[in-house]
Amino acid sequence: MLCDVCKCNDATVFLTQILEGKMQKVNLCDACSKEKGVQDPTGFALADLLLGIGAAEEMEKGGPTQRCPVCGFTQADFKKTGRLGCSSCYVTFAEGLGSLLKAMHKGTEHVGKLPQRAHRALELNDRMRNLTENLQKAVAEENYETAASLRDQIKQLEGELAT
Amino acid sequence: MKFANVMATGGEWLRGEGPHHQIVISSRVRLARNVRNRAFPGWAKKAERIMVLEQIKPRIEELPEMQDSFSELLQDLSALEKQVLVERHLISREHAAKSVGSAVIMNRRQTLSIMVNEEDHLRMQSIRSGLQLKSAFKLVDKVDSTLESKLDFAYDPHLGYLTACPTNVGTGMRASAMLHLPGLVLSELINQVIQAVNKIGLAVRGLYGEGTEAMGNLFQISNQTTLGEKEEEIISRLSKVIETIIEKEHDARQMLIQRKSNTLWDQIGRAYGILTFAHAMTSKEALNLLSIMKLGVDLGAFPEDRRLPIDELFIETQPAHLQKSSQQKLNAEERDQLRAQIIRERLKLFPKPDIIKVARESGNGASSAPSKNE
Ligand SMILES: [Zn+2]
Ligand SMILES: [Zn+2]
Repeated sequence: MLCDVCKCNDATVFLTQILEGKMQKVNLCDACSKEKGVQDPTGFALADLLLGIGAAEEMEKGGPTQRCPVCGFTQADFKKTGRLGCSSCYVTFAEGLGSLLKAMHKGTEHVGKLPQRAHRALELNDRMRNLTENLQKAVAEENYETAASLRDQIKQLEGELAT
Repeated sequence: MKFANVMATGGEWLRGEGPHHQIVISSRVRLARNVRNRAFPGWAKKAERIMVLEQIKPRIEELPEMQDSFSELLQDLSALEKQVLVERHLISREHAAKSVGSAVIMNRRQTLSIMVNEEDHLRMQSIRSGLQLKSAFKLVDKVDSTLESKLDFAYDPHLGYLTACPTNVGTGMRASAMLHLPGLVLSELINQVIQAVNKIGLAVRGLYGEGTEAMGNLFQISNQTTLGEKEEEIISRLSKVIETIIEKEHDARQMLIQRKSNTLWDQIGRAYGILTFAHAMTSKEALNLLSIMKLGVDLGAFPEDRRLPIDELFIETQPAHLQKSSQQKLNAEERDQLRAQIIRERLKLFPKPDIIKVARESGNGASSAPSKNE
């Protein structure tokens, strides 16, 4: 039986814990059990670990037949390798991944570096929102000259967004 | 640049410079990136991997940081050459197992190395000597920004950079430092430190060997999570914890000098004796004894100018480095003999450990050091 965490080594440590009234089972290899600190008597790390692995099983409930339309990766493949097939898998398996990421990480939203490309797209989106709002205002105020100019700007921006 | 040059030049981080270099051997920061709309390397077919490689590799080679770089396809490197790169931490063990469709590119100073088609399309790492996580991040971040203007990276506004393994998603960043902690190991405080560090979401593992059994008293500490925290925050949190560990290590060494000096001198004396006279030595034994010698230099039992030869032996006595320098394939027994021979030669003119000096300098008088009649 393979270790639930690294999916590489044979499991040597078998744990069962009742969590929120549900029985949870985890099989770990020696290295992972040490790393996750499951021998820690406070059991803190164990609870986190169980939550994490529970989430992985949660993800499987979406149906092991669910398949990424871009790369053909399935839930079963994830269970086997612990890796995803392509960036679109994050969309395909979003539901199950959500709880998994929550258990693994500090937060669920990226707050770090933004690629210039994404940065530019955000900027353009902001400008688009402004222009649209102004346009609505101009139309409401029957300020047709301004509205026409705003429409031109929006058209130009749409062209930029498309590239 | 040829592989021979890589062997000949030690690489900047092996030189033992930089802040806190006695305890912090090296600092590393790596970023994982993937090209949009391409299967991750582990799932991609060979043709797709080669396509991604051909798209990415020229972009890396034209980086200003990669002038006069070493750039090789993995299938063009011998198993031994790959192993040398692993021993220098320039590529991962996983990457060494790759062949067609993967590559490694690194700069001459060996401060920047980029793996193409490891677990992700791009794994870029910067490695510096001593505690220099911030400057290591700065370098790799700059490279990332340049590459990103030419390559469309897989990125999601909520999840950040998308990686093959969900444990890396977000910043895609793993920052780590290699620490030499003989004081905490000898005073049996190391497990306490490891547990405390684990509790705050950082990982500590022995550098060589399994679990917490660390050869050469070398430990690697790194961030475990990559989502929900800024790069700079992760790095400053990690740096602070490392600074605390450095303090604890210093305290442990002082404690050993004052309360367990006999154990300490015994360890240093044995390490000196065995390394100077042994005729066969495994890599594990060498690492453990060299670690004690390094501690000896730190404490002043050996002159400061003997630091470099000891530091160099850590790498030179690794299995692949031994075989590469001897230009032939060696079996385990031959390796152990050659290793002992190299160490003996290097320590031939090494002075005996001067423990009286240590006791004096620690402000502890000569009382705790064994007197000559003992
Ligand atoms: Zn495992
Ligand atoms: Zn996919």
